[in-house]
Amino acid sequence: MSQFDDTNKETNETTANPNEEHYSLNDDRRVKVLSPGALVAKRFFRNRLAVVGLSILIFMFVFSFIGGLLSPYGEDEFFYRDDQINKEFAVVTENSDFRYLAKDSSLFGSPVQAQTMLAIQKGNAEFSYSGNNYTLTQEGTDFYSIASGGSIVGIAYKDIVSSSTEGQALSFEFVYAALKSHAALEQEVENEAAQETAGASEAAGATDDAAEPAAPDAPAVKTFTVDGLTYTIDEDGGVLQGDTEVAYISRYIVQAIMPDIFLSRDFKEKLIDTIAAGESKFTYTDESLIMDDDATAAEDSAEDGIGAMDDALPEEDSSAASATAEYTIERSQNHANWIIRQQQSSRQYDSYSFPSSKHWLGTDKYGMDMLTRLMYGGRVSLMIGFIVIIIETVLGVIMGGIAGYFGGWIDNLIMRLVDIFYCIPSMPIILILGAAMDQQRVEPGRRLIYLMLILGILGWAGIARLVRGQILSLREQEFMTATEACGISIKSRIFKHLIPNVIPQLIVNCTMGLGSVIITEATLSFLGLGVKFPFASWGNIINDVNNTHVLTTYWFIWIPAGTLLLLTVLAFNLVGDGLRDAFDPKMKR
Amino acid sequence: MRKYIVKRILISIVILFFVGFIIYALMRCLPTSFIESMARQKAMQPGSKSFDEWMEQLKAMYNMDKNIIPGYFAWLGTALRGEFGDSWLYTVPVLDKFNDCVWLSFVMGGIAFVLEILIAVPLGVIAATKQYSRADYTISIIALAGISLPTFFFASLLKLIFSVKLGWFDLFGLVGRNYNHLSAWGQFLDKANHLVLPIVTLVVISVGSLMRYTRTNMLEVLNADYIRTARAKGLSERKVVYHHAFRNTLIPLVTIIGGSLPGLFSGALITETLFAIPGIGYVSYQAMVGGDIPFSMFYLVFLSVLTLLGNLISDILYAVVDPRVRIA
Repeated sequence: MSQFDDTNKETNETTANPNEEHYSLNDDRRVKVLSPGALVAKRFFRNRLAVVGLSILIFMFVFSFIGGLLSPYGEDEFFYRDDQINKEFAVVTENSDFRYLAKDSSLFGSPVQAQTMLAIQKGNAEFSYSGNNYTLTQEGTDFYSIASGGSIVGIAYKDIVSSSTEGQALSFEFVYAALKSHAALEQEVENEAAQETAGASEAAGATDDAAEPAAPDAPAVKTFTVDGLTYTIDEDGGVLQGDTEVAYISRYIVQAIMPDIFLSRDFKEKLIDTIAAGESKFTYTDESLIMDDDATAAEDSAEDGIGAMDDALPEEDSSAASATAEYTIERSQNHANWIIRQQQSSRQYDSYSFPSSKHWLGTDKYGMDMLTRLMYGGRVSLMIGFIVIIIETVLGVIMGGIAGYFGGWIDNLIMRLVDIFYCIPSMPIILILGAAMDQQRVEPGRRLIYLMLILGILGWAGIARLVRGQILSLREQEFMTATEACGISIKSRIFKHLIPNVIPQLIVNCTMGLGSVIITEATLSFLGLGVKFPFASWGNIINDVNNTHVLTTYWFIWIPAGTLLLLTVLAFNLVGDGLRDAFDPKMKR
Repeated sequence: MRKYIVKRILISIVILFFVGFIIYALMRCLPTSFIESMARQKAMQPGSKSFDEWMEQLKAMYNMDKNIIPGYFAWLGTALRGEFGDSWLYTVPVLDKFNDCVWLSFVMGGIAFVLEILIAVPLGVIAATKQYSRADYTISIIALAGISLPTFFFASLLKLIFSVKLGWFDLFGLVGRNYNHLSAWGQFLDKANHLVLPIVTLVVISVGSLMRYTRTNMLEVLNADYIRTARAKGLSERKVVYHHAFRNTLIPLVTIIGGSLPGLFSGALITETLFAIPGIGYVSYQAMVGGDIPFSMFYLVFLSVLTLLGNLISDILYAVVDPRVRIA
């Protein structure tokens, strides 16, 4: 009794019933007969390789058809990255030569300027040129005024006064007064500093707070009046009228390389501070740009969003969208000046970026997410495989069925047709047609359909031959005589009685065929003659490997696609093998 | 037997006629701008005829002015005389170009073929004699993997490993950079070196199906009654397998191997293209993609002839090798 239980458990589900003792002998002994389908399934699932193949296939289908839905990216969604380009932006020169400004150019021409320089170098306080006598007065460090006949005719200076507003000329009086007060201010600050250090050293011994330097925390300010307007000048060299800055004084000349860029004083000052500090990098936020370019800034933030879809081609951000820019400072070779490079960002396809958390398998040439591309590629490859096989099977079964059933001259005719199609070299023909479609610029979607039709039409001969062979042998069997005797119509005799008997063979053939169709499609796409952008296919993903640089450097472009392809085809073959064994146990020993 | 062969040859000729026609029709339907661009070029020359006149002349020259059917017969007429015209892409007679490159393909294919047989047949026999053993599973999986491997992927892998990482072979081409400075022996070695990867690719890709074929046929034979008889007779397993079973397995093997002999001339289109080996496959790939009708036409018909020849040879061999077929 118990030994039967074991066998029952395998075949009879009802043994789960705990009351099995109550079964009559008849029930217990009853042999559960499996339907032919279940028998095949049982045999199939016993084959380990076939099960492995089946699970790979299930994975591939889930990956391709459901993965595409789950992926946050689209099939042909481009990604961009902002590349930093160092552009020469400005040049900073420390002024080491005297500059001259004449009040009266007739009395202070360039020869006089040259004489002035000589006098300054020699330390002479007076010189004469072409009958005029000039007196040189030092008004500050590297700042002299030149007088002739009691009135000042010009000045020589190294600190440069520039206007805060673009393109506005400054009058001589203004410059003179500004420089003068600047020099005075500098002197004052210096004195103060000297006092401070003196005070500090004095105070070092004492502990009283009173010795704390009385230096005012407020910046030192000097005022001067020109043309009835009162200006104040601060320690940093800024010249203010009331609260607005009109000019500033600096030893450094900052020139933008592009003539249309106006450099604000704020920027220049920060730049000079950085140079003075000996640093080679600084960032600067241009507030005026932030105000202006709200729109661009918004666009920038949208790019960061994952779902952002941008049709715009990557182009340089001309609007200098980022108000904050990074600058690098480099001393030029002769040490005369500094070259300021602005790091400008430009948008490009995020091509060949390595796998990251955002793109698990990196991105391809056009900055498309590789994993998503693989999913959609699988969808196309599998779909092409199935549709082509369906076309082949329909054609093959009809032609083979007719030929096999009717025999005679019809058979002969169809078989010669099969011979012809067998003989046509399909791969070259597909290549030629692919190249022709390239030339005609066939639209990719339509091209996909043509490709499937071509593959299907070129491939039906094998199936026709198989079906015919099967039918020839089946036709002679008794059950066919019986159908004839019953007066069943020819059509249903072929399609209801003959074809179902061919189906096992057909299924095996189709499963194996699927693999080879997928390989053919992939090969074509690899050669660039199959599926075209925007559609992805595993073949055209690997296509990039034609570029040797990709082959050597970017494994993630082609190895995953190739592996998926290999696994899929292998799985189809394994399942096909398993099915063959399951359908036809005679082959097994 | 002779009658059978003659009949087969006649049928083959008829098939070839129609295959040729289909290929010709396809070719004619292709939008080839080659003639146009050639005519435009010629019309540009000083003192030349107009574009239209050149167009007419060139079309007449290439039998493109006729309808498809008369055009086909015209092509057939010249082809039967062994004239396939000048290749448009290579600007030499088609047969010259073919003769230049077919032997390379043949050598490559031949070596690969021999290696394939040497690997596939013993492994297939082992797999069949030890069915369901670990060796059988391994061999079956390897064979299936070989069949499933896309040529281009495998070739790329080989290139990555052996050319890029190990640096043993060049990535492309048949000859190295300093080929011209080498001695005759050095030149031979250089070429051989460049052929290693393509041949490995060919072998690995195609060895699987022969292996499986051997295994299936061997299994079939091992299940036959006379093998049981031989075993019952007390023969050693070795003798049973290699004396009785293997000889009978050879029948389908010889048939299929003989049938694929003509295919050695067809070249390996994909492999040669991948490795830029200037064999017939690569040359004709470029001709086909470049819209070179005379060369493509010739190559396609040539392939068809090879296929038919292969079928014919395997059918005849089948009858020759297996006496049972002849009696029936």
